[in-house]
Amino acid sequence: MKPSAEQLLAAIRGLPLPKVRLMEVCGTHTMAIAEAGIRSLLPENVKLLSGPGCPVCVTPAEVIDAVLTLAMEKNLILASYGDMIRVPGSIPGDSLQRRRALGADVRVCYSPMDALDIAEANPAKEVVFLGVGFETTAPGTAAAVLSAAERGLSNFSVWSMLKTVEPALRALMAMDGFNVQGFLCPGHVATILGEEGFRFLPQDYGMPAVISGFEPEDILLAVYKLLRQIADGAPKVENEYTRAVRPEGNPLAKAVMAKCFTPRRDLWRGLGEIPQSGLGLREELAAFDAEKKFGVEIPGPAKTACRCGEVITGRMDPTGCPLFGSRCTPEDPVGPCMVSSEGACAAWYKYSDQ
Amino acid sequence: MCLAVPLKLIEIHGNDAIGDAMGVQRKIRVDFIPEPKIGDYVIVHAGFAIERLPEQQALEDLESWGELDEALR
Amino acid sequence: MDDIITLDYGSGGKKTARLIENSIVPALSNPALNALTDGAILGDLVFSTDSFVVDPIFFPGGDIGELAVCGTVNDVSVCGAVPQYLSCSFIIEEGLPLADLERVIASMKSACEKAGVQIVTGDTKVVERGRGDKLYINTAGIGKLKYPGLSPAKIREGDAVLVSGTVGDHGTAVMLARSGMMQTELKSDCAPLNRLCAAILDTGAAVRVLRDPTRGGVATTLNEFVEGTVLGIELTEGAIPVRPAVKAACGMLGLEPLYCANEGKLLAVVAPEDAESVLAAMRSLPEGENAAQIGVVTAAAPGKVLMKTALGGRRVLQKLAGAQLPRIC
Repeated sequence: MKPSAEQLLAAIRGLPLPKVRLMEVCGTHTMAIAEAGIRSLLPENVKLLSGPGCPVCVTPAEVIDAVLTLAMEKNLILASYGDMIRVPGSIPGDSLQRRRALGADVRVCYSPMDALDIAEANPAKEVVFLGVGFETTAPGTAAAVLSAAERGLSNFSVWSMLKTVEPALRALMAMDGFNVQGFLCPGHVATILGEEGFRFLPQDYGMPAVISGFEPEDILLAVYKLLRQIADGAPKVENEYTRAVRPEGNPLAKAVMAKCFTPRRDLWRGLGEIPQSGLGLREELAAFDAEKKFGVEIPGPAKTACRCGEVITGRMDPTGCPLFGSRCTPEDPVGPCMVSSEGACAAWYKYSDQ
Repeated sequence: MCLAVPLKLIEIHGNDAIGDAMGVQRKIRVDFIPEPKIGDYVIVHAGFAIERLPEQQALEDLESWGELDEALR
Repeated sequence: MDDIITLDYGSGGKKTARLIENSIVPALSNPALNALTDGAILGDLVFSTDSFVVDPIFFPGGDIGELAVCGTVNDVSVCGAVPQYLSCSFIIEEGLPLADLERVIASMKSACEKAGVQIVTGDTKVVERGRGDKLYINTAGIGKLKYPGLSPAKIREGDAVLVSGTVGDHGTAVMLARSGMMQTELKSDCAPLNRLCAAILDTGAAVRVLRDPTRGGVATTLNEFVEGTVLGIELTEGAIPVRPAVKAACGMLGLEPLYCANEGKLLAVVAPEDAESVLAAMRSLPEGENAAQIGVVTAAAPGKVLMKTALGGRRVLQKLAGAQLPRIC
């Protein structure tokens, strides 16, 4: 029997703890927390922060600028998840949606396999799939690339913006002013990586870690387990989401991912350049690497008043940003955290009670 | 980051399969599921099954939808 | 404000409102237009118009023709009028199979019969292939005002917020059809609502306002009721009827039922003591069989729509910001 939400909340309130800051690093957790109104139910000493867990939000503006430039190429179809369509580059309002209105051929996909079908149906055009996401999304992207190679689809390529969680969390914990006492770990990344993917948190940093599912009760239970670990002074990895996460993760998915991708340095909004934090296509798959195929160049860092970087590193609440709610709103977003419905700012704006 | 839903496998052709939830069906890939069988519940992200769910658990997740279903009939 | 029109301006959410308020109403201002109701109230006549662009033009549970009749019938009906006559304009893309057009016209005929209205004038235009998407239809309709005075301004603290049935059916059915997913359960709820409106208003209950929550969904329409006023609405999550298949489909596509379009549902705000009689009137008709009270009007959250979650938490439901996009995250 699952414990009820009331039981869990009572248990959380019953733990005698000073101020505690917990961070989730998964946009779907951000959304679930906001949607269920969990912040309004937790006692005041427990603060839930949204970390760098939304793939759209961790993509820097200058990378989006390069995407927008590519989208305007003649005879090119840009295929993307819906999440990326409204993200502005360094100029507010300039997004794939706007470029589409100006003539770019931008298609929304539900799966990387959809992009393959588009390539097959349009042999005279180049189809570039924007591969955003973390380890959950990477295996499917890899399978699509391998499948394109098998089918001999020479007009298909992937721009991999895929990122990995561990290097980002390490970079985050090394930042000045980092002040978080436990991580609510992303359930579906853990489905791929397994419990072992988060062992470094207690082992190297003495950091409590609980892998959590996405139902409100899952999240409350994970919060309780984190608080319990903090109270007991015994950091470890606990798995609350056993129905979808095995200790070793999914070996088949990991193998396909390794066959297609290799770690490389990558740019993160708010965290800067992190070595070995991105997934690039392997040399032997260069024919499917959109960055190589189209000679993509990332412009220098864009200047913006947007404080997304500080928000996703837990150093600022969305409301601390001078643009929040005035110049930056979900209908006219300046930063990606306001675009993606799972972005920390959008979730805050959409659901908060203030 | 990763929205995923439990679906029941109702057709399998190699790595291609059809997943169903409440009569809504989509084409998915089962590359990462060893020996997938019709009737298995899998958790699907961006068109790929990323893990098999124990049936008991999958049903529990779907339970609240089922209750609603009854109420609307 | 953007310098070009993007799809967001057609979503029925905040950007659509901004376009109307900033660019259209100031230029064309007059008292009937400025009221921004579903239809213009002109003495004892109500006059309304709507254009229909839907991809695909045939979808589970209906087609663009049925939609074009019902949409305008409903806009006239929720103003408290009895719809009588419609106009109809076709903009046809070169290459449309004649059989498709005739099928659309046949369903317009049957929708007109169901609603008791007639199409009495019309127009056809054909555009070059690639300059349109198969078929666009505009309809306008007039009706006799029978129940005057419906307005969001009449809403009072304590009023009951009712919905005539399950939420998000049309938007989800169309989205699924567009996504290429298969399904057997879900149909658009496309239906004329004039009979339901009359049944509600004939009870003599203190009905403050009626509205059909089309684009932008229930969340957007409820926001329109209270924005800029001293009152708010608190919804109860568990009370909102949503079909399991809609929930499942929205889960798969990353959408929210409360922001998905409805084409055969009514939202009604009524005096609390009349909630039961209005619900009974709704449930007496097939188009209102799943009617439910979903919330109350409260002074505690001026201008806002709040949701009391199943967990007991509270969150704000904003208007739809732009077009709903399927997401993976």
